[in-house]
Amino acid sequence: MIPNDIKITPELIAQHGLKPDEYERFRKLIGRDPTITELGIVSAMWNEHCSYKSSKKWLKTLPTTGPKVIQGPGENAGVVDIGDGQAVIFKMESHNHPSFIEPYQGAATGVGGILRDVFTMGARPVAALNALRFGSPDHPRTRHLVSGVVAGIGGYGNSFGVPTLGGEVNFHPRYNGNILVNAMAVGLADADKIFYSKAEGVGLPVVYLGAKTGRDGIHGATMASAEFDDKAEEKRPTVQVGDPFTEKCLLEACLELMASGAVIAIQDMGAAGLTCSAVEMGAKGDLGIELDLDKVPCREDGMTAYEMMLSESQERMLMVLRPEKEKEAEAIFRKWGLDFAIVGETTNTLRFVIKHGGEVKADLPIKELGDQAPEYDRPWVAPNAPPVLKADAVPAPNDLKAAILKILSSPDMSSRRWVWEQYDHLIQSNSAQIPGGDAGVLRIEGTPKGLAVSTDVTPRYVEADPYEGGKQAVAECWRNLTAVGADPIAVTDNLNFGNPEKPEIMGTFVRAIEGIGEACRALDFPVVSGNVSLYNETNGQAILPTPAIGGVGLLPDLGKMATLALKAEGEAVLLLGGHGTHLGQSIYLREILGREEGSPPPVDLTREKRHGDLIRSFIRSGQVTAVHDISDGGLASALIEMALASKTLGASIVALDHVALFAEDQARYVVTCPAREAAKIITQAHVKGVDVIRIGMVTDKAGLIVEGAASISLDELRAAHEGWFPAYMGAKAA
Amino acid sequence: MKSAVILFPGINRERDMARALEAVTGHKPAIVWHTETTLPKVDLVAVPGGFSYGDYLRCGAIAARSPIMADIRAKAARGLKVLGVCNGFQIITEAGLLPGALLRNSGLKFVCREVKLKVENTRTFFTNRMKQGDVVRCPVAHGEGNYICDAETLKALEDNGRVVFRYAEGTNPNGAMSDIAGIVNEAGNVIGMMPHPENMIEPLHGNTDCRPLFESLLAA
Repeated sequence: MIPNDIKITPELIAQHGLKPDEYERFRKLIGRDPTITELGIVSAMWNEHCSYKSSKKWLKTLPTTGPKVIQGPGENAGVVDIGDGQAVIFKMESHNHPSFIEPYQGAATGVGGILRDVFTMGARPVAALNALRFGSPDHPRTRHLVSGVVAGIGGYGNSFGVPTLGGEVNFHPRYNGNILVNAMAVGLADADKIFYSKAEGVGLPVVYLGAKTGRDGIHGATMASAEFDDKAEEKRPTVQVGDPFTEKCLLEACLELMASGAVIAIQDMGAAGLTCSAVEMGAKGDLGIELDLDKVPCREDGMTAYEMMLSESQERMLMVLRPEKEKEAEAIFRKWGLDFAIVGETTNTLRFVIKHGGEVKADLPIKELGDQAPEYDRPWVAPNAPPVLKADAVPAPNDLKAAILKILSSPDMSSRRWVWEQYDHLIQSNSAQIPGGDAGVLRIEGTPKGLAVSTDVTPRYVEADPYEGGKQAVAECWRNLTAVGADPIAVTDNLNFGNPEKPEIMGTFVRAIEGIGEACRALDFPVVSGNVSLYNETNGQAILPTPAIGGVGLLPDLGKMATLALKAEGEAVLLLGGHGTHLGQSIYLREILGREEGSPPPVDLTREKRHGDLIRSFIRSGQVTAVHDISDGGLASALIEMALASKTLGASIVALDHVALFAEDQARYVVTCPAREAAKIITQAHVKGVDVIRIGMVTDKAGLIVEGAASISLDELRAAHEGWFPAYMGAKAA
Repeated sequence: MKSAVILFPGINRERDMARALEAVTGHKPAIVWHTETTLPKVDLVAVPGGFSYGDYLRCGAIAARSPIMADIRAKAARGLKVLGVCNGFQIITEAGLLPGALLRNSGLKFVCREVKLKVENTRTFFTNRMKQGDVVRCPVAHGEGNYICDAETLKALEDNGRVVFRYAEGTNPNGAMSDIAGIVNEAGNVIGMMPHPENMIEPLHGNTDCRPLFESLLAA
């Protein structure tokens, strides 16, 4: 019998985030009252963050397989074959709650955690991305949060040495009380040298590697399973502290160790630290694990078993090693100045046994800790789709030029240079497209191939119609990868929503997943990894539903990559996909008319695929000289971004009304080509059933000329586009 | 032209530097771990960029006291060519191979962007393929590149053509005194610079402006 020196009261159970019936379920499972350490362990394993108890039922409906998928969801990250014996390994994960409380460390450790997920599987990280949402710019906390989060992401990624190649930053009052920090990492490995968390073999050493265990981050994962109230600040001690230097050393040591053949199984210590990693390794391998906490390297004296099992100290790994390679493994870790300790062994008992100070502190059935976690089929109601907003109900601007400049300098549409210049986007020497284009592109070292990466979601669309919004997030990501010339191959998703115990939030979640699934199936774009972040609410106010999609695509030949910059004066400007008519939920509607209403643009996935495939063929045949997809802000914004990227050229287009200029209809692109080639492209497209029209030409006279309506110089466009962010953040313009 | 790239824990641009050296010189550089006490026989030692020891103390301060630095210092005194880039510049400055210090950027933020560099001295082992006054594009990626030194040192640097690179056309990213981006020691065999020429040597990088710098090594 395990001595039980702390009485388990209903208050204690509630503090651990367990509902009374969940606790009863656990009690029944073990047939007695748990110890405090056991209560801590189960609270870590059964919280929303680790157990996916509200979302599992729906996540199962997503397409997760495909001819190129080596590993789908369920491991540290997804793995996809990219040919020539190589695999790309990637995942996106949220660190929302900690980043709100302590923006620098919250964001930094979010980056650290996702990098670790990728190199745990044997990959060297080659790119990082992020998707950030902040509250209204005029909310008193926003500036502080932006500043801290951006510095934290840069501080960790720059020091670790991974290029940050893309991301998103949006502002909306609905994030005032809950910001979103979603970090994505992409790594490369040999397809036959992927490492997994499943332990194999009885009586093998369980080895603790990396940094020491401290008291930071205790209950971090539990925090992610509840709403915030006004006392969110008090949760500050649950935020971990990042050490990118140790992580860089850990990366090099792990890759060296993996190359030595010593590693049987490996799992990083992320959420719920030692608990989650040990249970994962044992449960997956049908083995028990016995840990002796006296052997765990600690940063502080007097840590209890409870604290050690729940610490979320960063930069730590758990491995099962081949006993004969132990000495060699230890030497590698010592060389990198890291801790190495044998803290336990695998057993055939299927029990998770924790010893400390000669006493057994926990003795639990290991499989059930994971498998028997509660799983909920939460009640949900499908939200009502708002009516389509007719174009003729949306007035034209009084002054077209002023409207264009206002949109261009709005918080969501302005240049993010202030942000991405704080991220090293060049390290590793393989960056082929840096932030600011449709997708980040990096060379796969030693090959002519490239990887394209992008993160996308339009939360206002998802809010208005979760199903179409879910589809749109996937479609836009697919389109961005297509626009640089890549074959989209797979995605990771990061589903950020409010409290799932509310049927309308759950309904939004369900419908968004259905939309995502539908789009991923139609576009052959399987979901190979992901993360769910629920309870993003403060005082009952939920965030905008934000299912961020992180996509990866493959370019067979970087010599045939497209960029969005206009290339030469006199070239033809073509619009692929026809003129838009949909202004519901558009940036124009919100920024110029102050209205957020109507349905979002519908996504026709067949059309999306047809148009994208055609774009890719034009890029590969070298017929088009610049490509950009049309999204937020419509055709006008797309043209301006192409002009600004060129630095010296602009677009002169025929007379178009505000509907054509600002509509956000999907599956559309702007391309340029030598003028004499335009007719041929239009004909080729028509044969394929795609509408391509010539709308103007590239000019060196101005940034944007709309015949008879507006002429705006490049300098004016640049000032509007580049000005907002630095001015807002109180920095001097670059 | 044989070279060695020194590796301290936390350095992260050693592969970029090694690849640039190999691409231009045709020789794969030796990677030398910081606990070594003797350099292999080479013509050039490159101390690459990164965050040695996390830059948790003053940047470069801990690495400058690593075992390998004694041999680098001794051989540099006898004329061995040393190139320190970014954190490498900070490290060799901390080690006393170059004068001055590198402070936090005046904007207080890490900055990764392309700048313009004016080549002020074409007699060095890293610039002899350039023409005086050439302006090249080159990226920077650092949080602490704000070069400073006392007035006497600055005068010595300026009077003797020891400022090798200067930020040009208003692109000084860090507030460095006199727009100093890179300097050379009195003997002419030790160069330190904040920008990353190793990240701008092939078409993939947008242009090849910095390739002639590495080609200079072949003539030196």
